Amino acid sequence: MSSHNSILVLFAHPVLEKSRINRSLLHSIHGLDAVTIHDLYEVYPDFHINVKREQELLVSHDIIVFQHPFYWYSSPALLKEWQDLVLEHGFAYGQEGVALQGRKLLSAITTGGSEPSYSRSGYNYFSLRELLTPFQQTAQLCGMEYLPPFVVHGTHQLRETQQIQQHAQDYQRAIVALRDNLIHWEKLQTCQYFNQALDQVIQPGVSHHG
Amino acid sequence: MDSDFFGQAFVYLIAAVLSVPIAKRLGLGSVLGYLIAGVIIGPFGLKLVGQEGADVMHFAEFGVVMMLFLVGLELQPDLLWRLRIPIVGLGGFHLLVTTSIVMAIGVLAGLSWKMALAIGLILPLSSTAIGVQTLNERGLMKTAGGQAAFSVLLFQAIAVIPILAFLPLLATDSSLSAALPSAILVSTEPASSGATLTGWQQTLMVIGTVGGIILAGKFLMRPIFRFIAATRLPEIFTATALLLVVGITLATQAAGLSPALGTFLAGVVLAESEYRHELMSNIEPFQGLLLGLFFISVGASIDFNLIMQQPLLILALVLGMAVIKSVVLVGLGQFFKLELLQGILFAFALVQGDEFAFVLFSFATQSHVLPAVTSGSLVAVVALSMMLSPLFMIAYEKFVQPRFAQRSPEREADEIDSNENAVIIAGFGRFGQIVGRLLMANGCSITVLDHSPDQIELLRRYGWKVFYGDASRIDLLHAAGAEQAKLLVVAIDEREKILQIVKQSRKHFPHLKIMARAIDRRHAYELIRRDVDIIQRETFGSALNMGVEALKLLGVRAYKAHRAALIFKQHDEEAMYDIAASEGDEAVVIARSRQLAEDLEQILQSDDRELIHDFDRAWDTSAPDR
Repeated sequence: MSSHNSILVLFAHPVLEKSRINRSLLHSIHGLDAVTIHDLYEVYPDFHINVKREQELLVSHDIIVFQHPFYWYSSPALLKEWQDLVLEHGFAYGQEGVALQGRKLLSAITTGGSEPSYSRSGYNYFSLRELLTPFQQTAQLCGMEYLPPFVVHGTHQLRETQQIQQHAQDYQRAIVALRDNLIHWEKLQTCQYFNQALDQVIQPGVSHHG
Repeated sequence: MDSDFFGQAFVYLIAAVLSVPIAKRLGLGSVLGYLIAGVIIGPFGLKLVGQEGADVMHFAEFGVVMMLFLVGLELQPDLLWRLRIPIVGLGGFHLLVTTSIVMAIGVLAGLSWKMALAIGLILPLSSTAIGVQTLNERGLMKTAGGQAAFSVLLFQAIAVIPILAFLPLLATDSSLSAALPSAILVSTEPASSGATLTGWQQTLMVIGTVGGIILAGKFLMRPIFRFIAATRLPEIFTATALLLVVGITLATQAAGLSPALGTFLAGVVLAESEYRHELMSNIEPFQGLLLGLFFISVGASIDFNLIMQQPLLILALVLGMAVIKSVVLVGLGQFFKLELLQGILFAFALVQGDEFAFVLFSFATQSHVLPAVTSGSLVAVVALSMMLSPLFMIAYEKFVQPRFAQRSPEREADEIDSNENAVIIAGFGRFGQIVGRLLMANGCSITVLDHSPDQIELLRRYGWKVFYGDASRIDLLHAAGAEQAKLLVVAIDEREKILQIVKQSRKHFPHLKIMARAIDRRHAYELIRRDVDIIQRETFGSALNMGVEALKLLGVRAYKAHRAALIFKQHDEEAMYDIAASEGDEAVVIARSRQLAEDLEQILQSDDRELIHDFDRAWDTSAPDR
């Protein structure tokens, strides 16, 4: 892997105007070098996805991020449509589908429910990692490495601007570290969430501001 | 003279009006009805028509000429190409085998081989008029047997050209019956033009005329029709169409050729042109009436004196021909893998003699190929056999079909009329073109009608197949295949005309799904009240898209703008149907419109008030319930 990674953020939110947390997260990584933000609902409001263009975007980046709210234990519809169309046989998987091999996939998720709700005793029963296994397996089938997800829980309770700012900062740190290859990859894979202990997985770098 | 003409017209018309419906009611079919009417009013019945019956027949032959023109128009060259195997195979074998048998019998009966060959070429022909009419009337045209019969009829229609060219070569100079080649060369016949031509010259003349019709049809007629169509005078277009048919009739007669063939050829050549449907709908009524007249005069002209002189011979000939034809046709049907039932239908549709036989026999007499007495008897045989075909069809329906009923359920292919398309688009301007291009791009074949000659010319240059015609005329829609079509897209830009077309086609083609372009809201209300299946206001879609782009430029997220437009559209269309239902009263309509507009605003804005997105609810709270 080269010392720098290019990052493609596939962002999917049907009503961004109503989501402060996602606006803040997105804003924090806006304009970073080597980070491409691809706002799917803005580009394809009619769900008419340009498959060829999407595949070219994928191939020209090293790390792919799916950033989206966690709707009904999955992604919003357009990102699912995107997966169905873009991750074609012969491109992403199958005998000749090797275009994505060696890349990394990160899920950046916001959930309304709190962290404890995603446990056997909570109303979501399954852990978030369990619920994300479809994404994990998608990555595996495409020969990509699935990273522990970046998660913001309990967005209903996130009223304080300060709290939101903290998550946005963390997100920016994570993305920049991924870009600058400042990650303890082995340590990261032992984590549940990417952002549970950022200080441990990110090497003290030169600077984390692009 | 005048009163005599009207008297005659009255006799013919009342004979048709009385006997045809009765014959149809009795299940005999219209052809038999006409023929019987002819016999009844003829010299051997009520004697209402006498000698002049022959003149009437001569005149009414023009109906056959027109029918062949229409058959030609139906036959685009590519359909002809698709049917090439049944046409050449079935038609060719049938003619070959039957001709050989008839010729052999003739020679055995003591005729010269030339006479026998002439008779063998003419007698096996079957009437297209009767065959097609009978099959259509009984809805059997699309069956495998019907298609086979149609193919054979087509082959014969084409085969008559070489037969006509060939007949003069069989001329026997009475003094040189040894039939030396020199006899053919020296045998001189006065052609109808009065000029003296040898057989070879006549042949050349025939080829020249045929070539002339093809070239003129291809290069001359379209500009002429375009010029006429630009005048927007429908009666002048009809006159031009009639003029074309009459002109070809005169030209071919001058060349000593059958006019029916000339017009058939002209029909095939014009089948590719944009004026196809318009020509069909203009000629059809004349054709129908004249053909009826023709059948009546055939009935009236049956010479019962001649028959009475040698009743057994004539009867034997009629039945003999029917048997030979049936056996050969059923055998051919088996050879070409038709089911037996279809093979029988195929045979029974073709037992009758051909109206061409009248022309050919008289031509053969003129060319001194056959003596007048022989021709006369054979014409009587043909005329009598024409009454057989409808009877055979009745026998087929009553006795043959029931026996096969359990074995072959209705699973017959329908290929032959795939000539017409499932979608008719009326009007091919800014609106119709978009609809048409989308359909074509998705492999749907469409029939396009437009009434601007310039527009058609332009579109044809771009490779579009567009036909000239005023779609508000039912007969034109009919000719364009509205009977078989599934969809009619009314895309013209004249408010009143759209309403008229919608109303007419609802009435005449109840199975047709109608889609109409609405000029504006008020027009849309009227279309809704007329029960149109799909309505699109012509500017609504693009204006809505413009609105979406405006919202986006104002900073609204693309997806939100997109959904807002969808909600707006749904609401607006519901309101449109709602208001259309409350007809008339202006004040009510205005009040309703205001109310609905307010509702919509509320729906769209209520969305923005929910600042905090609630996980447990659907993220979209603005969509009205469906």
